[in-house]
Amino acid sequence: MLTILFDGIAYGMLLFVLACGLAVTLGLMNFVNLAHGAFAMAGGYVTVVLVNRLGVPFLAALPLAFLASFVLGALMERTLYVHVYAKSHLEQVLFTIGLVFMSVAAVDYVMGSQQQFVGLPAALQGRYDVLGVGIGKYRLLIIVICGALTAALQLILVGTRFGTRLRAAVDDRRVARGLGINVDAVFAVTFAVGSGLAGLGGALGAEILGLDPIFPLKFLIYFLIVVTVGGTSSITGPFLASLLLGIADVAGKYYVPKLGAFVIYTIMIAVLIWRPQGLFGRVTAR
Amino acid sequence: MSRNGLVTASAAIVLALSAVDRAPAQDAVKIGLILPMTGQQASTGRQIDAAVRLYVQQNGANVAGKKVEVILKDDGAVPDNTKRLAQELIVNDKVAFIAGFGVTPAALAAAPLATQAKVPEVIMAAGTSIITERSPYIVRTSFTLPQSSVIIADWAVKNGIRKVVSIVSDYAPGIDSETSFKERFTAAGGQLVEAIRVPFQNPDFAPFLQRARDAQPDAIFVFVPSGQGGAFVKQFAERGLDKAGIKLIGPGDVTDDDLLNGMGDAVIGAVTAHLYSAAHPSDINKAFVAAFKKANAGMRPNFMAVGGYDGMHLIYAALKKTNGATEGDALVGAMKGMAWESPRGPISIDPETRDIVQNIYVRKVEKVGNELYNVEFATFEAVKDPAKAAKK
Amino acid sequence: MTLAAQVARQLAARARWRPLEIVFWLAALASIFLLPSRHLILTEIAILGLFALSLDLILGYAGILSLGHAAFFGLGAYAAGLLAKYGLVGEPVLALFAAGLGAAALGFVTSFLLLRGSDLTRLMVTLGIALILREIANRYDWLTGGADGLQGIVIGPVLGAFAFDIAGHVAYVYSLSVLFLAFLAARRLMNSPFGLSLRAIKGNSLRASAIGIGVDARLVAIYTIAAGYAGIAGALLTQTTQFASLDVFSFERSADVLLVLILGGTGYLYGGLIGAVVFKLVQDALIDVTAQYWQFWIGLVLVLIVLGGERVKRLAAAAGGRIARLVGRRPKLDAKAP
Repeated sequence: MLTILFDGIAYGMLLFVLACGLAVTLGLMNFVNLAHGAFAMAGGYVTVVLVNRLGVPFLAALPLAFLASFVLGALMERTLYVHVYAKSHLEQVLFTIGLVFMSVAAVDYVMGSQQQFVGLPAALQGRYDVLGVGIGKYRLLIIVICGALTAALQLILVGTRFGTRLRAAVDDRRVARGLGINVDAVFAVTFAVGSGLAGLGGALGAEILGLDPIFPLKFLIYFLIVVTVGGTSSITGPFLASLLLGIADVAGKYYVPKLGAFVIYTIMIAVLIWRPQGLFGRVTAR
Repeated sequence: MSRNGLVTASAAIVLALSAVDRAPAQDAVKIGLILPMTGQQASTGRQIDAAVRLYVQQNGANVAGKKVEVILKDDGAVPDNTKRLAQELIVNDKVAFIAGFGVTPAALAAAPLATQAKVPEVIMAAGTSIITERSPYIVRTSFTLPQSSVIIADWAVKNGIRKVVSIVSDYAPGIDSETSFKERFTAAGGQLVEAIRVPFQNPDFAPFLQRARDAQPDAIFVFVPSGQGGAFVKQFAERGLDKAGIKLIGPGDVTDDDLLNGMGDAVIGAVTAHLYSAAHPSDINKAFVAAFKKANAGMRPNFMAVGGYDGMHLIYAALKKTNGATEGDALVGAMKGMAWESPRGPISIDPETRDIVQNIYVRKVEKVGNELYNVEFATFEAVKDPAKAAKK
Repeated sequence: MTLAAQVARQLAARARWRPLEIVFWLAALASIFLLPSRHLILTEIAILGLFALSLDLILGYAGILSLGHAAFFGLGAYAAGLLAKYGLVGEPVLALFAAGLGAAALGFVTSFLLLRGSDLTRLMVTLGIALILREIANRYDWLTGGADGLQGIVIGPVLGAFAFDIAGHVAYVYSLSVLFLAFLAARRLMNSPFGLSLRAIKGNSLRASAIGIGVDARLVAIYTIAAGYAGIAGALLTQTTQFASLDVFSFERSADVLLVLILGGTGYLYGGLIGAVVFKLVQDALIDVTAQYWQFWIGLVLVLIVLGGERVKRLAAAAGGRIARLVGRRPKLDAKAP
């Protein structure tokens, strides 16, 4: 029972790190970035190459994965995405799906279509048994890292000048601009950080979710669920939504394996009918 | 988006281009190879495509005085694509064979076409038992899941495994392997405590494994499609099932050669029954593995690759026997009863069912040098599809 | 002139056939005779076009964004398959209607879930419905064949006279006829006062309701109709391939049709058809060149279309503008376009 809860939390935390960048970009710029998963995939593959081919220790590879996706995100944002902000949602969908297709085929070409695995150090394999509760070492690591990140994000959002600007920009972009906040710069940084976090999530998730070229498509639905259920006006919303989704998914598969896939979709529809703005969203003027 | 001009213009260009009928080359034998080259099953397509190319490269593109031409199409494992592509290949390209077929629904979708057009359909991957019964023109060079599931059930009983939980992917091959394992295993006195079916597209095996673990079996019988084995084994180890003394058994799809090295040491000791291991100790196989790796940047061939390799051999051999005649009945007739030495060992085509008869090996994952291999330690010779034998 | 007369004249002007429209359908008719070897892919294009047309009805005219339109497509596909398999309705055209009605019923029921919420909410609710249906089809495998797909479907001759042939000629003529008739009906509907009221709702639903348009009832109606169209498209797929598999419900199918529609442009009925022609033929040509990496190039095409849109627009401004006028298109999404 508690093991299931533990697994669900780890899974949910992972989803949060993967998806939170998407929530922020959607909330801030009203930009539909379906290619978000591609940045996660990039982080995952960077880790695979670093650890398996170059012998970098796993824990050292994690920040590098973040950095790689961060840089990639910043580059893409400055060179490509900026041209698309002003376009309609439908064109953004076309654009980002095009990017997903390209990334899928490119990774297939470079790395091959088979699943990749990260060589984990022995210390992270197996699990502890604490009072009959099985705690996977690797999942514990995920919870620790993702928990720390979430706390840090929250602190930055609430306690720093940048966070204040970001929140202001999310609430009302035009007024924020009028107050002299450089919304574009705020957004560029946010986008890059969101991509970096996705990359970190991809690196951590390779072990649990599997990593192959269709990763961005396979998990797109999950990301979207997190964002819609959680709402886009804060990061606590997506965080709680991720946890809910993770626990529901894991528990559903454990207790009612025959209904496994029904559970999350039913929950999602129920939530969205009850609270169309998301479970934790606010009705915005937009 | 007022790009109507662009759209209409490009539509016109594309239409014009596609209007040019592809003129069929004289005296060439065409083989339509339909594989999932993109999407979830892409690794299967890649293995088979590589093996087919290797075979043509090794044996030349001329058989019985005719030039062989392979036309590769990607169906993304979506059956209505498969059907349309097969139909186009038959009607427009006038192919003499359709081959490939990564998943069962794809193979089944094309079956009525094979019958209608009298074109041999060579199954190089899909492993559900019923496929060959759906058309008298279907011949299989891959495997059926009951073949290995029955053997591993026998082995389990002999080795003191009494209590088993099965985990299979919820589609035809998975259910096939679950059914045949269950029948044989329970008939011999074993107990199948729980039969879990996991969704075909499944990101996280952990909850299912936890459920299996909580049932405290002696072993877990597992079937997941080629390509998903790695994620399964990772989770198996992470749940500590290996430490809890629970054995991992099943058909060899889970310890796929393609992924085996990435799975880590947790997989050592897994016992599976299967048709092919890259470590099969024969000269033919050693040459095959070396050539395959050389041609594909070190990629190790798996059981899908031998299915493709042998499928091409069957096509070549049938053409030789008919002296290059491409009439469907003659080709299928030539294929029936054909026997040869494959990298996986001696194999033949059952003249009655057109299904493959092959050795099934019981193997254990071991470390050989720095790499993990399925090392064969027992052989069951000339195994026919048990599901079809049972129906008689 | 009275107001009523003015309105009537406006409507009649909208409904007039433009030359380019006639050219389009003549080209489609010509393809039957000129491209016999391409009938298989053309059949697929006609079906995809009809499916995209159905999505256009709700997205382009009512502004409902859906990522689960495959729910209705799939329901129609399975309905047609089951009707034929169990010999309930042997004649394809009748079965087509039955499948369309079934899908429309599902559309009617689920439309009430879409009345509230933002684009994103609707996107996910529709997606969820499609995925749940997929799971149901997977679960009840005694009826649907589960993940193996529905096997052993034998489709009778169309109208009792034209049996499906292996080269796909009958299938194409049949699909194209259905597409044309469905298109005529949709065109008629969208040029009626009902169609205009939908445009008003899409433009600003608050204002629409303020001038006395019953917003909810109209959304329910158009969603139901679109669902029926999608069901017919799905039924066509089953009938022409004599096969139905779980993929008819897949997320990829919903996403593809959205892609096709956006590619062709929304809100003028031809977008889905043109998008289907371009997408399928480009895809087919790319698969011929590189079966493994065609996705990369199609992705590049999509990215370039969006990025290069401005430049292409300037180049094609004259031609594009004229074509838009000729096909009677009233640009909606690209209010920003020059």
